[in-house]
Order: sequence, then structure tokens, then C-alpha cells
Amino acid sequence: MKHPKEEELIAYHDGEAAGREGVAAHVADCPECRKELERIDALLAALETIPVPEPGEDYGQRVWQQISPRLPQRRAHWWDFLFSEPKTVPWFAPRRWVAAGAVAALVLAAFIAGRISKPVIPGVPVAATDQTKVRERILVMAVGEHLGRSEMVLVELANSGPQNAGQKVNISGEQRRAEDLLEENRLYRQTALEQGDSALAGVLDELERVLLDVAHSPQQVTPVQLEGIRQRLEAQGILFKVRVVGKELQERGESGNTSAPSNSSGKNERNKV
Amino acid sequence: MNRMRPSVETVFENDAIAVERTLAGDREAFRVLVERHSRKVYQLAYRMTGNQHDAEEVVQEAFLRAYQKLSQFASRANFGTWVYRIAANYAIDRMRQRKSEDSQRELPPRASEDGAEMDLMSTVPDAAPSPERLAQSGQLAAQMRLALRALTPAERTAFVMRHWGGSGIEEIADALKSSTSAAKNTVFRSVQKLRKALEPFVEQRGQSRAMGTQL
Repeated sequence: MKHPKEEELIAYHDGEAAGREGVAAHVADCPECRKELERIDALLAALETIPVPEPGEDYGQRVWQQISPRLPQRRAHWWDFLFSEPKTVPWFAPRRWVAAGAVAALVLAAFIAGRISKPVIPGVPVAATDQTKVRERILVMAVGEHLGRSEMVLVELANSGPQNAGQKVNISGEQRRAEDLLEENRLYRQTALEQGDSALAGVLDELERVLLDVAHSPQQVTPVQLEGIRQRLEAQGILFKVRVVGKELQERGESGNTSAPSNSSGKNERNKV
Repeated sequence: MNRMRPSVETVFENDAIAVERTLAGDREAFRVLVERHSRKVYQLAYRMTGNQHDAEEVVQEAFLRAYQKLSQFASRANFGTWVYRIAANYAIDRMRQRKSEDSQRELPPRASEDGAEMDLMSTVPDAAPSPERLAQSGQLAAQMRLALRALTPAERTAFVMRHWGGSGIEEIADALKSSTSAAKNTVFRSVQKLRKALEPFVEQRGQSRAMGTQL
């Protein structure tokens, strides 16, 4: 009878799958190897009991206090998202291309609109502000539409429920849409920040958290989990905020007054939400 | 109506969400990750370095490095495992540095930092024949610490990750920057060395207990 090597007995103790059955059968029949395995077990069990000093309940907070001043400022750019290394979404994933396409279409539309809205007459300089306004108007309309789509997903989630009590609810459809919206949302938030519209960026930031929450929930949720999501939506008042800001942007787009209102009622309204 | 707002911990209950938000520039999200995983990383760091001061330094450095490298982190759901590996990696460097500092100064191996704990443990009376009691015996505990300290940084890392952290061979290989077969070998070598150094004490302990005497 061939005895297992020390290495195999240690691997057996560690729960390694390879050759496990053979070692178990041998150890059952061989008192010598059984004794050897018991010695390994006893030693490793004794080593496990070396105490580690308790760092205290607030240890995590202390670590944060120590490292937070040393953390560099992280600023996310929309191009980081489009061209970065694969993270959760591989670069070739369809939704990354959808987002890239959306941005490209937006830039192209803004460019064409700027070109055709004011015919270029030789000798007469085109007012740069007019072109800027047209581009802003397209952006405002796009964000308005984005908020409208987000609102629909949130309303559907708020209204969904199990067919029978206690049954799980499938929210995979809402999840996929939330994931797609998430990518657009980041780009619009970044643009709003760059344009100095902090109120709009703030609402988009809150929306992003909610969309992330939905995107990372399980596909099948229990009624209790669904209620949890609903309560979070309600507590943040995100649906109301999205509705108010979306409506305001729509009105801005239609009236042609695209600039972020400074003292206007629109901004006051957004600041209230 | 005054509604309860959910805490940041609730919003970022999922590591993946907290990582995404950190990448989007939200420092609060990273704070949640630090507070959530610090203690486990500390336990690993302490077992590897053998002293509180170095362990705390390893924890801080691991989170700083994780923050800097976050955009390269591929599977965000396993942030805990990832930061654990970064800590193991840094702890090896720290131990190697300590070893070379000590040898330059011609110091004996570091034993004094935990000396107080060892003395305290030697006063614990020996009552029941359990592994816990064995470890509480001052002499055995001291021997165990010395034996662990005598391992090379790579062996100690491999042993701690495998037997205390429950890490898989691939994870250990990643931390050691070696192949899986080399990592497997390092784990085996570490156990073999510990057996050689400690089994006489464990067995002697068992025998003296059987005879009703103490070591």
C-alpha cells in the first residue's frame, strides 16, 4: 500500500478536491497515516488560535480619517467612460456603443444645427452665441427626453407587483433599461457640471444612484425587496424631482430659452425639489 | 412629513455600486468601502507582519493603492478580495524591507513588539486539553510566533492567506506574483517548516497533559 505524501495530506486538510477520495480511503485503512493527518490537524488548529488584537469598533472610521486627506481628487470624464479599460461593461458591449453613438449623434446634430440655423453670408460674422444657443437647445431637449425615459422606468418599478402574494417579481426588463440610462446619465451629468448647471447635475447625480441601485438589484425580487426599492425611491423623492426638472427642460427647449436660468422661477423650482 | 433618508451605507450596500460611485468621483462611497473592509484586512495584515504598527500601515497603504488603481479593477463585486490581495502584496514588501533593515542593524528577529502579550499569556492557567488552551500556554504561543517569524515573507503570506484567510491558490499566486504550482509549493513548504518547528512542543504538550503534568 502506497502512503500519501505529506504534501497530499496537507492538501487534504486544506480541502483540496484533487485526489481527495484516494487519500480519504487510504487514511481510513492506515493507522499510521491517520495519526499523521491528526498531527497536521492539531498543529494547524493550534496556530489558528494565535490571537489578533482587537482594533476597536471605530477602526474603519479611524482608517478613513487617516487616509482621506491623502486621497487624490478623482474626476470622471465622459471620455474615461467611453475609452477606459473594461470594467463592469466590456468596451465592445452593445450598451457602451449605444452610449458612444448617442454622444456622437448629439455632437453631430448640434454641429449641423449650428451650421444650418444661420446661413453663412460672406463678410457678415455669424454670432457665436446663436450657434451656442442652438447646441444648448439640443442638449436640453436630449436631457429632457432622458429624464422622461428614466421617469417611465421608475414609474413602472413603483407600480410593479407580484401576480400572487409572496411570488417573486421579475424586474430584469427595468434593470436593462436602467443600465442603459445609467451610461447616458453619466454623460449628461458631466456636461451639466461643465456648463455650471449644478442644480441639474445634482438631480442627475441622485438619479444615477437610484439607477445604479436598480441595475444591481437581483433580477427576481421578493415583494419585500421590491418594497425596499420603492421606499428608497420614495424617501429620496427622486420621481418628483425627475418630473419637475424634465418638465422644466421641455419648456426651455420649446421656448428656445436654453440657458440655465440664474434667477428665474425655473431654477427656483429646481432648487426646491 | 419628515421621512427618514436612507444612510450612505444603505445606498452603497452593494460593493459594486460603491465602486462605481467612487469612480464617478464620490468620496463618500469609498469611505463606505474602507469602513466595511478595514477589519478583515487588518486581521490579515497583523497575522502577516506580527505587530500592530506595521499592520495598521499595511491597511492604510492597501486602501490608498486600491483607490489609485480602482479604474483597473475588473470585477467590482469582489472589492473585499481585491483589497485583501493588495494588502498581502504590500505586506510582503514591508516584511522584506523590515528584514533587510534588521539585518543591516544586526538586530535579533523582532520579538519585543509582542513580548507583552506573550508574558500575559504565559500566566493563563492551563485547564482543558483544547487547541485554544494549547495556544494560551505561554511557551507554545511564543514558539508559534517565533516559528511564523522564521518563515520567509512569501511563505508567511502563503500560509496566512491559505490557512487564515481561506484564499484559493490562484489568489495566493497573484499576491506572490508566481505561478500556481509555485504558490502551492510555497504553502506546502510553510506548513512543513511550521511542523518541524512546532510539533515537538505540541506533542510534548499533549503527553504532559496525558500524564497530568504541565509544561
